[in-house]
Amino acid sequence: MRIALFLAAVFAAAVALTALGVSAQESLRSYVIVGDAIPDSLTGEAGDAARGRAIVANRSVGLCLLCHRAPIPEERFQGDLAPDLAGAGARWSEGQLRLRLVDASRLNADTIMPPYYRLDHLQRVARNFAGKPILTARQIEDVVAYLASLKE
Amino acid sequence: MRKLSVALGLATVFLASLAMAQAGKDQRRSGYQDMGPTLQKMQDDDTANPAMLYVQAGEALWTQKAGAADKSCADCHSAGSMKGVAARYPAIPPGGDRPVDLEGRINLCRTEHQKAAPFGAESEQMLDLSAYVALQSRGMPIAPPNDPRLAAFRMHGGQLFKGREGQLNLSCANCHDDNAGKKLGGATIPQAHPTGYPIYRLEWQALGSLKRRLRNCMIGMRAEPFDEDSEDYIDLELYLMDRARGMTMDAPAVRP
Repeated sequence: MRIALFLAAVFAAAVALTALGVSAQESLRSYVIVGDAIPDSLTGEAGDAARGRAIVANRSVGLCLLCHRAPIPEERFQGDLAPDLAGAGARWSEGQLRLRLVDASRLNADTIMPPYYRLDHLQRVARNFAGKPILTARQIEDVVAYLASLKE
Repeated sequence: MRKLSVALGLATVFLASLAMAQAGKDQRRSGYQDMGPTLQKMQDDDTANPAMLYVQAGEALWTQKAGAADKSCADCHSAGSMKGVAARYPAIPPGGDRPVDLEGRINLCRTEHQKAAPFGAESEQMLDLSAYVALQSRGMPIAPPNDPRLAAFRMHGGQLFKGREGQLNLSCANCHDDNAGKKLGGATIPQAHPTGYPIYRLEWQALGSLKRRLRNCMIGMRAEPFDEDSEDYIDLELYLMDRARGMTMDAPAVRP
């Protein structure tokens, strides 16, 4: 009897946790990975490259320039611990860029690249960022459009 | 022809031994070695190093009687007796069962011996006094105690150092082990050896503790910082001091 009650409690807790997990997940759009890419836009629409450039250049929004260089000459102090974004659009398709932004750990578990559109398997997330991806689906699409335009 | 081959052989041996000597050389660099000559000069000159103002205040505190016991630090500790102390903390205090850092040790003296209220973390007095004590280890090698009870705490600190955290899902090791020397934004990533704490950080325009520095990194990773009195800080510091074992203390240091 006691065991049954315990099991029921465990079950209830598991259901509650799953529900929480699902509700956190639900703020993310679902996507399909094909090979090493997410071929379809997260929003169903094409991003805006000009907005994407502004996101990449912004150190508290995209954060990209902390680690990457990019052909954004007005921004000094670009990092150099990750690949130069110049030519990214020649090296990768939009779908490949999208997966590398959304969750690069799908391709390399040890990558330093933050998961820009993932909420699970994160530890000690600061309260003001909890439950939020680094970029929204629309921002991801804007950055994809910008990076895809960097052909050289 | 034979002469040439002998010369080539000798050159090869020479280059190989040079390479071996390089490989055997300590690859660790302190934050001091990573800064420009202007800042190094500022740190080296006691009349220009802003941390020395805090040291002076700490020296005054050292002889000031405090608490219900009406005792000063100097009533128990002779002048210069703090030599090497900052270079070996965190350590487990007598009768204790877990390590405390230098600030924790100072507060134990306050509560147990002076019967006074502990200083607040990051309080002016705590920074002053720890700077005064740390200065007495300047030039000495970091020498954590060989206390086997520390191993478990140190291992936990290592796990914290290597564990991912925050919205950006980064570990300390991602930057300070794997990418030290490269540029994060405009700043050179240091190897994170705690040789100089408390440090006068130009970015802060103030003296600050290692805890404050660790908190900065956590906020940068968008992680929830440890609570002010969390033992996690001590464990991390234990790990860092062991990682920097043998490196030269340069406290109180100036950093960008």
